[in-house]
Amino acid sequence: MINISKKLKITIGAVLGLWGLVTVIPFLWMILSAFKTNAEIVSTQPNLFPSEWTLANFAELFQRLNFDVYLVNTAIITLLGFVGLFLNAMAGFAFAHYDFKFKNFLFILVLATMMIPGQVTMIPVYLLLNQMGLTNTYLGIVLPGLTGAFGIFLFRQFFSSISEEFFEAARLDGASDFYVFFRVALPLSKPIIAVQGILTFIAGWNSFLWPLIIANDQSFYTLSVGLQLLQGQHATNFALQMAGAAFMVVPILIIFIIFQKYILSGFNISGGK
Amino acid sequence: MKSKKAPYFFIAPAIILLLMFSIFPILIALLISFTDMSLAGLADYSRIEFLGLQNYQNILQDNVFIQSITNTLFYVLFGVPLVILFSLTIAILINMGKTKYFSFMRVVFYSPSITNIVAVAIVWAFLFNPSESIGLINQMLSTVGIQPIGWLTNTDVSKFSLVILAVWRGIGINMLIFSAALQNIPKTMYEAAELDGATKWEQIWHITIPQLKFSTSFVTITTIIGWLQFFEEPFVMTDGGPLNSTMSVALFIYRNGFQNNQFGYAAAGSLLLFVVIIAATMIQLRLQRRGQN
Repeated sequence: MINISKKLKITIGAVLGLWGLVTVIPFLWMILSAFKTNAEIVSTQPNLFPSEWTLANFAELFQRLNFDVYLVNTAIITLLGFVGLFLNAMAGFAFAHYDFKFKNFLFILVLATMMIPGQVTMIPVYLLLNQMGLTNTYLGIVLPGLTGAFGIFLFRQFFSSISEEFFEAARLDGASDFYVFFRVALPLSKPIIAVQGILTFIAGWNSFLWPLIIANDQSFYTLSVGLQLLQGQHATNFALQMAGAAFMVVPILIIFIIFQKYILSGFNISGGK
Repeated sequence: MKSKKAPYFFIAPAIILLLMFSIFPILIALLISFTDMSLAGLADYSRIEFLGLQNYQNILQDNVFIQSITNTLFYVLFGVPLVILFSLTIAILINMGKTKYFSFMRVVFYSPSITNIVAVAIVWAFLFNPSESIGLINQMLSTVGIQPIGWLTNTDVSKFSLVILAVWRGIGINMLIFSAALQNIPKTMYEAAELDGATKWEQIWHITIPQLKFSTSFVTITTIIGWLQFFEEPFVMTDGGPLNSTMSVALFIYRNGFQNNQFGYAAAGSLLLFVVIIAATMIQLRLQRRGQN
């Protein structure tokens, strides 16, 4: 922390405030435009606030444009994502607290997958899922991204920081390995599960590429794929586009503001362990 | 007693999924990049023909591919320094205040990072609309007498417009990494410098920046890798246009793979991209090692 005078602090605060305002203008404009009629948006008389607030755009999304279907699909995909979170936790626990053959090799293999760009795996994975008959299924959409090296890595880091004695005590009482994981390790890992859980939720809600590739049947579209479709089909209806965008963005912003303390503390990459 | 088998049960699901969807696909990509794999080949394997290096030869002579490479280099060259400069500046400024207001600013600057790319691309396309009465940015420019700019329709400007969106979105996560590192710098270093009469600038320049070396190199590498794979922004906002001026390598691969169904050709492109990413990472690591000696 550099020591600064009060005057300098106020100046810095003002600079940040102005910069921050510029940063959130797209969100503010999106929300305000979502409540306008499209006629008002395209009129030559620009208004900051809607001359008359309308919910018609949102009504149209759900009544005419299948956003109800997309919402259900997105919810299912987000929920399935939590299975992956659980698998990551299990793997991270084993890497932290067991010694087994090829452990180091396997862990490096896990980390190496972080370097593989999505574009390389995109086509083969599609061919693979197609072969397995998983196109146009929820399973096909979530499987490719279900587990991830970064999640496994973070769980391993977390479990490494917990003393082996916690688990040893339970084992002496005759608990099985699975009991130790479910009843001792998992309850201890609440802080990291909170961070990972929120990130899993955000990733699921925002998921775009795999739903786009795997689902060509509209009944499996997620909100982001549906929104992209909407932009193509209603290219000049900006009010409707902004309503769709707001419906995707605002819930995430609210969840983020509620849980920001957990998320913002989850990025200490240099952390001592 | 720890069971000998238990760890394998614990890691098996994750490892199998990673092998299936990350490691194994590289081999398949390599294999099909030597063939003319397409939708027809997918239906009937006997129709797949081995082409040798033909795909690679063709793609390197494909003007659109060459343009997508220069475009991607443009994105990396402008985007990466801007993201690092802005996220570092914001992190340092936020770290100077300890009040609630300053922590709130962290939330503000992070917010674009977590939002849906399709949604924000649509919002920015709306802001960038060339019409003065529709696009907010041209509307604001007109009040100070600047003629409307074809943000997404002018081939000279379109790449910059996508960079603006991606920088806006990329600042958040890197700012958090810098913020976390800033909080680990011992306070005593600044106090000692202050006693020696160092100005604020000198403190930032000689203590803060050198102390952030590790996080800066981490951010640089991950940001370069990310920008080499620039995809969603051009996909949603311009579909690579106008006249391929915003086409990126990743979008080129997606297009050839999933819109033209030329899986073999696209796989060849994706492996070339992979090689470039590995090379860029190696060069970065080497430069940093040299910087440390």
